[in-house]
Amino acid sequence: MIRSLIYSLTFHSVVIFLTILSLPFMLREPIDLPPIVSVELIQISDKTNIPYAPKARKIIEEKKKEEERLVSEQAPPTAKAKEKPDRIPLPDEKKEEKKIVKKKQNPEEVKPEIRQSSEFEKKEIIDTNQIAALIDKAKEEQAVKEKTKQKITQSSQKNSFATGLTLSEEDALRAQIFGCWSVPLGLPYDEDLLVRIKLKLKQDGTIMKSEILDHQRMNRPGQKFYKVLAESALRAVRLCQPLKVPPTGYDKWKNIQLNFNPTEMLKG
Amino acid sequence: MKKLLILFFFKILFINNAFALIEVDITRGNLDPLPIAVSPLHVDIKSEAFDGIKIKELGENISSIVEKNFKATGLFNPLKKEAFVQKPDIAHLKPRFEDWRLIKAQALVTGKLLVKDGKLKVEFRLWDLAAAKEMTALAFTTTPSNWRRVAHIISDKIYERLTGEEGYFDTRIIFVAESGPKNQRIKKLAIMDQDGANTKYLTLGNELVLTPRFNPTNQMVTYMSYFRNMPRVYLLDIETGTQEVVGNFPGMTFAPRFSPDGKKIVMSFAKDGNSDIYTMDLDTRVVERITNHSSIDTSPSFSPDGKYIAFNSDRSGLQQIYVMRSDGSGVKRITFGNGIYGTPVWSPRGDLIAFTKMRKGRFFIGVMRIDGTGERLLTENYYQEAPSWSPNGRVLVFYRETKAGTKGEGFSAKLWSIDITGYNERRLNTETDASDPSWSSLLSK
Repeated sequence: MIRSLIYSLTFHSVVIFLTILSLPFMLREPIDLPPIVSVELIQISDKTNIPYAPKARKIIEEKKKEEERLVSEQAPPTAKAKEKPDRIPLPDEKKEEKKIVKKKQNPEEVKPEIRQSSEFEKKEIIDTNQIAALIDKAKEEQAVKEKTKQKITQSSQKNSFATGLTLSEEDALRAQIFGCWSVPLGLPYDEDLLVRIKLKLKQDGTIMKSEILDHQRMNRPGQKFYKVLAESALRAVRLCQPLKVPPTGYDKWKNIQLNFNPTEMLKG
Repeated sequence: MKKLLILFFFKILFINNAFALIEVDITRGNLDPLPIAVSPLHVDIKSEAFDGIKIKELGENISSIVEKNFKATGLFNPLKKEAFVQKPDIAHLKPRFEDWRLIKAQALVTGKLLVKDGKLKVEFRLWDLAAAKEMTALAFTTTPSNWRRVAHIISDKIYERLTGEEGYFDTRIIFVAESGPKNQRIKKLAIMDQDGANTKYLTLGNELVLTPRFNPTNQMVTYMSYFRNMPRVYLLDIETGTQEVVGNFPGMTFAPRFSPDGKKIVMSFAKDGNSDIYTMDLDTRVVERITNHSSIDTSPSFSPDGKYIAFNSDRSGLQQIYVMRSDGSGVKRITFGNGIYGTPVWSPRGDLIAFTKMRKGRFFIGVMRIDGTGERLLTENYYQEAPSWSPNGRVLVFYRETKAGTKGEGFSAKLWSIDITGYNERRLNTETDASDPSWSSLLSK
């Protein structure tokens, strides 16, 4: 009995001794592995992502808007839209225009404020000067567009809170796609041409699946420009493969949506 | 335990929300012209000979016209043929997309042709190389002597598919061909293809011809000519060559132009010593006075919907551009900049007005929105005027004169074209000096 106990004790002590000896070796290996580097990256990203980035964006955005107001005489800011009451479209033209606006927008994007604001303006129409009306059409379209544009920037602001991509990662991806995207230059700058592409990515950044979110709009009559733009965007994404995605956090970016908006470029 | 489970469940939901779809806004891209490979059309070996046409080279010739057209737009960059990786016939059946992508092409044009029984049969395909699929394909039959037009029609179709706009290659430009010394110019009416080929002279040159303008709906032209020192407005059918006098007008008559439906002519002429704007119905020949003002009103141009007319007037002192309803009511001044504005021409797309501006002795061609805002001066020179729109409203053609010496030496007048973006200014090749161009609508429409 005692003998067997001694056997057991020695055996166990040998095992424990061996474990103690080999444990440092086992511990060392994980220390050498890269994850620590990636952990550091995430910490940095947290800082840049949450407290500073949205604020900075807001400020930049605001500054940009101010500058636009000051410099360009072409892009009428919202203040101009308010001028409208004394010179605004004919009733019939107005209707046509409204229809177009409806068509142009994707169902999710047509938010009540846009319609309401134009409806509200419509009530105040008194003047009959038709030329002024025709002329103001352009301005009004821009006013509407301005609103949608603001919406886009808002969504992107929200993004930097919610998404897992850090600003630098997002910028890297953006810069890569800038290079691949040949913007069709003939497009009109005063139309709402926002193409949203949803991608499903593999871990190496190649595309598993790509989908244009409003693809039914492509085949609608009178939407040739949209079709051309959508195709160019799709081409850009395919040419860019594999996309420059972060090495970690696959779950976060395996589904990604790219919003292609050429308006700024076409204006300039 | 249950509570824990429920909590756990909600936690999972929450985590899923945190990984909401990442959105990235792409607001910039590169503005380089789209790289496109135009493979020569494959000539079918069963093709028969045809008088005056080198069948073997036809495929090459057609593709090189397509390339030239694309290059001229500034929107495409046709790649060099030496780099091509596949033979035309095989590429037309099924291109090896990966290989074409290697030479950085994004689109590929392939085609084949067959000349048989005095007919030319052409088919072509446009391939999206990134998506590895066919974008458009078309086949048509015509007489072999029409091969240049075939090339232009192919260009139009591809242009339309890749830009969303109608093309403007299968079109002609009518202009005044000028020759001789400056004080004794011979002016003939001439017409050529948009790329400068096939120039034909329509008048002999013994009478002065001015301001030819195309009917936007067909191949009719209106122009002015002096007959025994009396200005006359003529109508000329390009297809048949028939010509008729619309009317004799007293005093100074200027710049007749068609209405968008082609049924009226709008022009200005001086009655009782004062220039005003009139329209004439081509069926009934009824003349209607549109403006009635003591100032000089000239250069009328209809908006594409026919509801408005843009014109010049000096009613404010200096010559400026005004817009009014087509019945003459609601006149509104739209230009307020420094300088003199003239020759307003409404774009066929309806969104812009092209004009000539003179300031400090220099001439500018520019465009602005129809309310006069957003003025953009596209080109500046010693003397240039008479902009005319391409049928899709993207390109302007105008003429430019150089400064002459004291004896008139060194003088020349040439046609130029420029994109509405202000880029891509190009001289059109004409056999003689040329002025007063007017762009036709698409021939194949």
